[in-house]
Amino acid sequence: MEKSMLKKENRIFKNLYNEFGWEIENAIDRDDWKDTKNIISKGREWIINEVKTSELRGRGGAGFSTGLKWSFAPKEVGSRPHYLVINADESEPGTCKDRDILRFEPQKLIEGCLIAGYAVNAHICYIYIRGEYLTEGKRLQEALDQAYKKNFLGKNACGSGWDFDIHIHYGAGAYICGEETALLESIEGNKGQPRLKPPFPALVGLYGCPTIVNNVETIAVVPTILRRGAKWFASIGRPKNTGTKIFCISGNVNSPCNVEEEMGIPLKDLIEKHAGGVVGGWDNLQAVIPGGSSMPLLSKKICDKINMDFDSLIENKSGLGTAGIVVINKDQDIVACMARIARFYKHESCGQCTPCREGAGWMWRILDRVVKRKATFSDIDLLSDVTKQIEGHTICAFGEGSAWPVQGLLRHFRKEIESRCREEPLIKKKTNNPYLVDQHLMENKNA
Amino acid sequence: MSLKKVHDNQPKEFKFSDENLKKAQEILRRYPEKNKKSAVMPFLYLAQKQNENWIPLAAMKYIANFLSMPYISVYEIATFYTMYNLAPVGKYFVQVCTTTPCLIRGADKIVKLCQEKISPKENIVSQNGKCSWMEVECLGACVSAPMIQINEDYYEDLDEKNTKDILDSLIKDKPLKPGSFRGRKNTSPEIKQPINGEKHA
Repeated sequence: MEKSMLKKENRIFKNLYNEFGWEIENAIDRDDWKDTKNIISKGREWIINEVKTSELRGRGGAGFSTGLKWSFAPKEVGSRPHYLVINADESEPGTCKDRDILRFEPQKLIEGCLIAGYAVNAHICYIYIRGEYLTEGKRLQEALDQAYKKNFLGKNACGSGWDFDIHIHYGAGAYICGEETALLESIEGNKGQPRLKPPFPALVGLYGCPTIVNNVETIAVVPTILRRGAKWFASIGRPKNTGTKIFCISGNVNSPCNVEEEMGIPLKDLIEKHAGGVVGGWDNLQAVIPGGSSMPLLSKKICDKINMDFDSLIENKSGLGTAGIVVINKDQDIVACMARIARFYKHESCGQCTPCREGAGWMWRILDRVVKRKATFSDIDLLSDVTKQIEGHTICAFGEGSAWPVQGLLRHFRKEIESRCREEPLIKKKTNNPYLVDQHLMENKNA
Repeated sequence: MSLKKVHDNQPKEFKFSDENLKKAQEILRRYPEKNKKSAVMPFLYLAQKQNENWIPLAAMKYIANFLSMPYISVYEIATFYTMYNLAPVGKYFVQVCTTTPCLIRGADKIVKLCQEKISPKENIVSQNGKCSWMEVECLGACVSAPMIQINEDYYEDLDEKNTKDILDSLIKDKPLKPGSFRGRKNTSPEIKQPINGEKHA
C-alpha cells in the first residue's frame, strides 16, 4: 500500500467505474470544465509549454511527447484549416481503457479536445471510435449534446472566443485504423491503409491539411494537468516517465480490472494488490504481455522486479504500449496463446505491404504447427527469419507489432518450442500437408 | 484480411427510407463539402441497419451514386471493413471474441456452445431463423473476458452456465439484459477469495 500506491487525491479519472455518474453535472462537481476559459486565455504557447514541462507521453502506444507533437503544427493557419483527430479506435488485444473514458469520463475528453484544438489552431475535431463501441459512441454523443447545451462547445466555446465543433466518426472493425495515417484514410472514406511518412500528419494529414492525432487518454488528462500544474504531474513517477496511467489487467488473475496507477509501479504490486494475484499464486506465473499484444512478452524472472514505465520496459526489450497487461499462468499453453495472437495479426493485416501480409500468415502457420507438434527444428529458424524479414520492412508499425510478440516468444520460450519439434521433416512423411505456402518445399529432398 | 462472401440472392433495388435520408443529410454536414466521400462509412451503416443488418450490392450502387464516387470504391470499403455484413445474419447476431485475453479465460467453451445451440458453422443462420454467430477478433473488453457481442450490446464476464442462458434467451426471442454476468460494477476490481488451490483454470 505504501509508497507505490497512487494517492486518492492524485487520481485523474475519479469516475473510472461510474460510481459518481457520468452526466455533465456530476462531471462539473468533479472539477471538469473548471477555469477552462482561464486556461485558454493564457495562450497557445503557455499551454504547449506546460504540456511539455509535464513530460506527458502519448498513451496510445508509441509514447511520443505530446507537447512536442503539438508544437509541430504550423504556428499560423495558412490556406488550409487545421484539424484535431482523436484516436478512439481501441483494438489492441488486452486494452480497454479508452472504453471506460468514453463511457464514464466523457467530459474530460471533450474539455481536453477543446484545449488541444485551441492549442493546435483547429476548429474541427473528429473522434474516431471503433465501430464495435456503438453504445460508448452513443454515450459520448449524449455527453457532446450536454456540452453544446451549456455552450462549452460550438461558437465561442466556453466563452474562450474560440469556435469549436466535435464530430464522431465510427470505424468498422479494422484494427489497422488505430494507426494514425490509416485512421485518416478511413475518415476520408477510403480503405484503412497507412500512408508513407513523411510527410507527417502534423503538416499533411486529414484532407491534406495539418492534423494532430492523439489518443483518448492523452487528451483526457490534459485539462487536469493544466489545472493542477505541470509540476504536479511531473512529480508523479520518474523523469521522462511521469504521471498516472490506466492499466488494464486481464488474463489469469483473480480479479481482472482497470485501474489508474502511478507510472512506474512494480508489475508485481499491480497484479497482487489490484488484480487479486495470479490464479494459482505468483509462482504459477508463466509470462506477462505488458503493453497490449504487440509488445514482446516478459518471462517470470523479469516480472519479479520490473517497473511499469516506458523506459524500464524498453530496457527489457519490450514496451509499455497501451499498458494492456495480459497475465498468462502455467496452466496455459504459451505457444497456443501466441499462435492465437499471430492469427489476430494475420486477420488484421491491411494487405498493403507484402512482408506483413504474407509474413503474418507464415508466422501463424508455423506456430500452429508447433502447437500441433508437427513442426521441425528448422521451422524455428525459419520463424525467427520471417520475423526479421517483416520488422522494419513495412510502411507502418503493424509489421513490428506482429513480429515482436513472436520474437519475444522465441527469446524466452525457445526451449519450450524445441521440446515440441522433431527432426523428421513434415514433408518426408508425405502427410497431407494443408499449408499451401510451403508447397515449394515438397520438391526439395532435404527440406 | 478477412474473406467475405457476397450473398447470392440480391434484391434488385435499394433506396434510403425518408428517415434515413434525413440522417444522411445530417451526416453530410459533418464533413467539408468537397470531401463528402467521407460519409461513405456512416452511409453503409445506415444501409445495413435499414436492410436487416446486411448490405446488398444495390445499396452500394445507391451510395456510390449518392456520393458521386465510383461503385468499386464503395465495394472496396464494404469488403475491407469486417463490420459490414454482405450476407444475411440472424436477428440476433452473436460475435464471440476469441483473441488471447478471452481465449485464456475460456472463449473456446463459448464457441462450442454457439456451435451446439445456434449452428455448427459460423455465419449460418439457426434453424428458427433467429440467430447466427461468428468468431471475431478482440472486441476491446479484455478485463471482462470472456465476452460476446450481440447486435450492439456487450455481454461480459461470462461462463458456460450463463452463456447457455443467454443463448437460450435469444432462441426464445427474449434476450437477457447486457452487462456483467458476475454482477460487478463495470471494470472495477472484485473483492473475493483468491483461487490459489490445486484446481485452478
